[in-house]
Amino acid sequence: MTLFNFFKSRGTAPVARERLQILLAHERVSLGSCDLIAILRDELLATIARHIEFDPEKLSVKLDRSGAMSTLEIDVEIPSEEIAAETRRRAPLSRVSAA
Amino acid sequence: MSKVIVVTSGKGGVGKTTSTASIGAALAQTGKRVCVVDFDVGLRNLDLVLGAERRVVYDLINVAQGDAKLKQALIRDKRIDTLYLLAASQTRDKDALTDEGVERVINELRSSFDYVICDSPAGIERGALLAMRFADQAVVVTNPEVSSVRDSDRIIGLLDSKTRCAERGDRMDKQLLLTRFDQARCSRGEMLSVADVLDILSIPLLGIIPESADILRASNLGAPITMNNASSIAGRAYGDAARRLAGETVPMLVPGTKKNLLNRVFGRRAA
Repeated sequence: MTLFNFFKSRGTAPVARERLQILLAHERVSLGSCDLIAILRDELLATIARHIEFDPEKLSVKLDRSGAMSTLEIDVEIPSEEIAAETRRRAPLSRVSAA
Repeated sequence: MSKVIVVTSGKGGVGKTTSTASIGAALAQTGKRVCVVDFDVGLRNLDLVLGAERRVVYDLINVAQGDAKLKQALIRDKRIDTLYLLAASQTRDKDALTDEGVERVINELRSSFDYVICDSPAGIERGALLAMRFADQAVVVTNPEVSSVRDSDRIIGLLDSKTRCAERGDRMDKQLLLTRFDQARCSRGEMLSVADVLDILSIPLLGIIPESADILRASNLGAPITMNNASSIAGRAYGDAARRLAGETVPMLVPGTKKNLLNRVFGRRAA
């Protein structure tokens, strides 16, 4: 074994440390946001369902991280007749409160 | 006031059961009433490490399902009379445990013990989640090794989200117990250092337990090291960890640190 190899073979601990730091920084973000998305989804579902009848499968929640900015994308598909019915039902009420 | 502590790790074989038994025995030796509870349904071992394997009649599932009274299931240690064991079932399915059943047992234990120490199974499945669910604080057992550190990080995440404590919005008190530590290998740069692990996991340190033949000897005999050989290096390390858990301030020794010349000359212990 050359002297170079001798020094090179010493200290695998710093490699372990660095690998762990990179891996965990990644895992904490992805696992952490999974929970956040699940919570947001549940609460959004409950809020929308209080007012409009719709298919829970038609709600999509996405969290995108890129650099300093994160975007939360919420996509809800609702049948047109449900919206029409709901606005008709609420319209007189809102006019009263405005007056 | 009684405290419920979960001993957990994610990874198997890092020393959860040994640590539960050793810390439980050390706390009980100070006169505190301690109950150690095995949550590893189907693979129970806390009874064996405590030398009570032939005395198990009823277990956690029997009590949780109301088939036995808590008093019938508790096994009192023959050497320390304030130490009790509630064993896990060896034959039942782990799904036999429910949230409500476990909560009832834990609450009943709270009313008659100073410390309830829950020995978690490995993994992040139902048994592990139930072991941590009603705890007030956690001891995260970690080896200075990449897979153990990664799994501990995952468990810390679960302690902060899946426990009653977290759901109430409180911060669960978590402490790291570094086990199987080898100072010589660490000095040679072959093993993650205490500082490395603390830096990565960022939770406070409860203790450092050295890799030691005395621990294997103790479990061979069915007596925790704090009972069987409390003056050994590992025995003292567990004793110190137990005192810190009880709120005492005990200086942290790194086991296996070389004695300096002055200490050697005067024959003192490395501090």
